[in-house]
Amino acid sequence: MNASDSPEPILDIHDMTVAYDRRPVLWNVDLTICQPGLVAIVGPNGAGKSTLIRAVMGLIPVAGGRVTAWGKTVNEQRRRISYVPQRETVDWDFPINVLETVLMGTYGELGWFRRPKATHRQRAMECLNRVGMQEYAKRQIGQLSGGQQQRVFLARALVQDADLYFMDEPMAGVDAATERIVFELLKKLRDSGRTILVVHHDLRTVVEHFDEVVFLNVRVVASGPVATTFVPENLQATYGGRLSILDTMAEAVRLQQESE
Amino acid sequence: MQIYSAGSSFEWFVAHLTQSCAADGLVSYCRDVITELTMLLGLNHPSNFNPYPVTLLTQTTLVLIGTVLLGITAGLVGTFAYLRRRALAGDVIAHAALPGLCMAFLLTQSRSIGVLLTGALITGVAGAFMMSLLRRVTRLREDAILGTVLSIAYGLGIALTRTIQNNYRNERGADLESFIIGRAATMLRSDVLQIAVAAIACGIVVLVVYKELKLLSFDESFCRVQGWPATGLDLLLMFLTAVTVIAGLPAVGVILTAALLIIPPAAARFWTDRLSLMMTISAGIGGVSGATGTLLSARMDQMPTGPLVVLTASALFVVSWMLAPNRGWLWNRDRSEKELAAAAAEILRSETSSRAEVKS
Repeated sequence: MNASDSPEPILDIHDMTVAYDRRPVLWNVDLTICQPGLVAIVGPNGAGKSTLIRAVMGLIPVAGGRVTAWGKTVNEQRRRISYVPQRETVDWDFPINVLETVLMGTYGELGWFRRPKATHRQRAMECLNRVGMQEYAKRQIGQLSGGQQQRVFLARALVQDADLYFMDEPMAGVDAATERIVFELLKKLRDSGRTILVVHHDLRTVVEHFDEVVFLNVRVVASGPVATTFVPENLQATYGGRLSILDTMAEAVRLQQESE
Repeated sequence: MQIYSAGSSFEWFVAHLTQSCAADGLVSYCRDVITELTMLLGLNHPSNFNPYPVTLLTQTTLVLIGTVLLGITAGLVGTFAYLRRRALAGDVIAHAALPGLCMAFLLTQSRSIGVLLTGALITGVAGAFMMSLLRRVTRLREDAILGTVLSIAYGLGIALTRTIQNNYRNERGADLESFIIGRAATMLRSDVLQIAVAAIACGIVVLVVYKELKLLSFDESFCRVQGWPATGLDLLLMFLTAVTVIAGLPAVGVILTAALLIIPPAAARFWTDRLSLMMTISAGIGGVSGATGTLLSARMDQMPTGPLVVLTASALFVVSWMLAPNRGWLWNRDRSEKELAAAAAEILRSETSSRAEVKS
């Protein structure tokens, strides 16, 4: 995590501060990502994890700071960046089917007024195939389970064929099958040289699946390779006293119940 | 021609058609159907009876074309307003339009519909901006803000119409009160043309930016992340809503014009899960409501158009809600009973099996 390694880091967040009602949600966040990889953003509730990626993408106003991707502003790099929002942010009763939702990923390259063509449909179907959802192409999106909805969102991001992905809690409330498919997909993306930043809540899967980890609690507590950064001291500093053995077990029980 | 005043017109209508059918053959029959239709539309008074199709392009026919176009556009624009949950913004715009209408009249003394509706559009859009300003400054809830802006504007508008009514008592065209509930029959030929042009323009714009509006309505964050000017698109949608509502004022009126924006898409939603089809059905329901409302009000003495248009749309809404496959009431009543029965059976089975486990 040293900015001087590469002249143009993939993502460089410098001194970013975000406030709601003058209460800082993010404070002087500095984060530089130079190597392509799978990055987990972890931290307690209210730590500003979602806020961080929403601010980086320009979805919420920033009180101060600067964000660059490959040396340019995010606005200039929109085509190389994709985003998987939280599932709850859209109306799943919207009159649209799975294939049409995935096709929205091609709107950026289509530009004004042009409609998706047969080639775009084919690409969208391929991406649905990659998330194991091809047989649901004609379904209305509201008729899917939570995990299936999440995979549709993922396919929509894939069709954009970006180099940098931001994903907001893609594993929240999904079934085990979806979690496995998503992790396999993320690894394939990483292996093809993409960078994926994932807001993640399940500390138990960090070591197994991620390359780098960012501990966030209003400030960046620590960031770096999982092997050297995912250590008890950093966990303690990020979660404070709240992360006891009991809490971890309660979390495990809750997850078990959710997946049932 | 005395035949028109004698007996029930419907009996006469049937008898006459049968007669002409038998006597003169198909050509005569067609001509008579056209004549009867023009009669039905109230286009033709017996005294200037003219059995040629050219009569079809008279006042009511023109008004009819205008209201149908308006209904179609309202159905298209309304679909996005509905999906963006902005349907009530149309109501605020309509009510906020009334003071502008009056002020335009007071300032220019003009009765041209173009001038009046431009005034209406200005305050209508101002009302919409007032709404978003209040939301940011006061942080009151949406419904409180809607109610406040709407009633202030309407109160002001009613006071102004009364003033104008009293000061210009005997002048033709000062009858701004017809804008409150809508009276399509009083529209002039030029009025209808201007309204039709506005409606067609709005409809075309919606179809051209269909893809962009669809993205904005479904997922605004994703829309922004892809680099679309989401705020601009939102303003465009707001503007289209405003123009549609304002164009609807002479025919449907301040109070009810927003209904034309809400009811057709709400009814269309029952029939389909596809946006393109939903827009088509919504436009169809809007068009049919416009036509039926205009025809009925032309046939009924002193009956304003607005309520009839809205009542037709509501009837179509009830039919959709009842009969539509998958989402309709009849369909789901049947299904939910079956699902309930299946769920109950499932619970019973698991209970008995768990009891059996305990026993063993």
